[in-house]
Amino acid sequence: MTTATMDAPVIAPAVQPVPETAAEVRPKEFLIINYSGDLEKIWASMIMASTSAAMGVRTRVFVTFWGLQAFVKDDRRVTGQNWMQKMLAVMQRPGISHRKLSKMDFFGMGPWMMRKLAAQYHVASPKELLEAAQAMGVEFIPCQMTMDMFGLKPEDMIEGMGEPVGAATVIGLLTEDSVPLFI
Amino acid sequence: MSVIEITQTVDAKGLSCPLPIVRTAQATKALPSGAVIEVLATDAGSVKDFAAWSKATGNELIEHSVDGGVYRFVIRRK
Repeated sequence: MTTATMDAPVIAPAVQPVPETAAEVRPKEFLIINYSGDLEKIWASMIMASTSAAMGVRTRVFVTFWGLQAFVKDDRRVTGQNWMQKMLAVMQRPGISHRKLSKMDFFGMGPWMMRKLAAQYHVASPKELLEAAQAMGVEFIPCQMTMDMFGLKPEDMIEGMGEPVGAATVIGLLTEDSVPLFI
Repeated sequence: MSVIEITQTVDAKGLSCPLPIVRTAQATKALPSGAVIEVLATDAGSVKDFAAWSKATGNELIEHSVDGGVYRFVIRRK
């Protein structure tokens, strides 16, 4: 090989100036479909929900499948009616404070380190963000079908949850002014 | 120099995104229209965030300054 010199990488400026003339389309409503129950995704979902409410955008979070498990009260240990539903709750403890990382969980070591780092850098926990989001009027809507499948009762869920609904109701909430996000 | 009377101060020093904005939004909501809020933050992202928040919500960013790594925002509630 010859002594070829590497081309200097082209580094784009980190912050692109926003042209003042750009037409602004501001969403009036924000709908998060929270499907995942993984720690990092619940965290992202709570950051987006609380921020969007803070920006004055009407915000709703539809919680379904694994996402629903995160909105069970933190002190509920075993939920469900039959052995399979109970076993699922044992394998993945419900509650927003008991989330696992999708990668590098290492039997809780990963989340433990994440929590340590978050505390060190004053990053709000998912629970703290959830409380802030609820205080700012973010609506949390549980999925009826998942409630049934996991054997969850309304009293298992955190305070202030909306009425359980189906997918059609959620799609029906979308308007031209809303932005949906699937997490 | 005109004197602006600060109704409330939000101390968001040390807090990371999105807490400075979330705490400010919560404090703003509880105050009457025209009230002036002062926010102190150390999150470097807050300069752009407060500009965006003010633009989106219509709460006026009267002034912002930085002193020794502490950002100060003065906002008049819509």
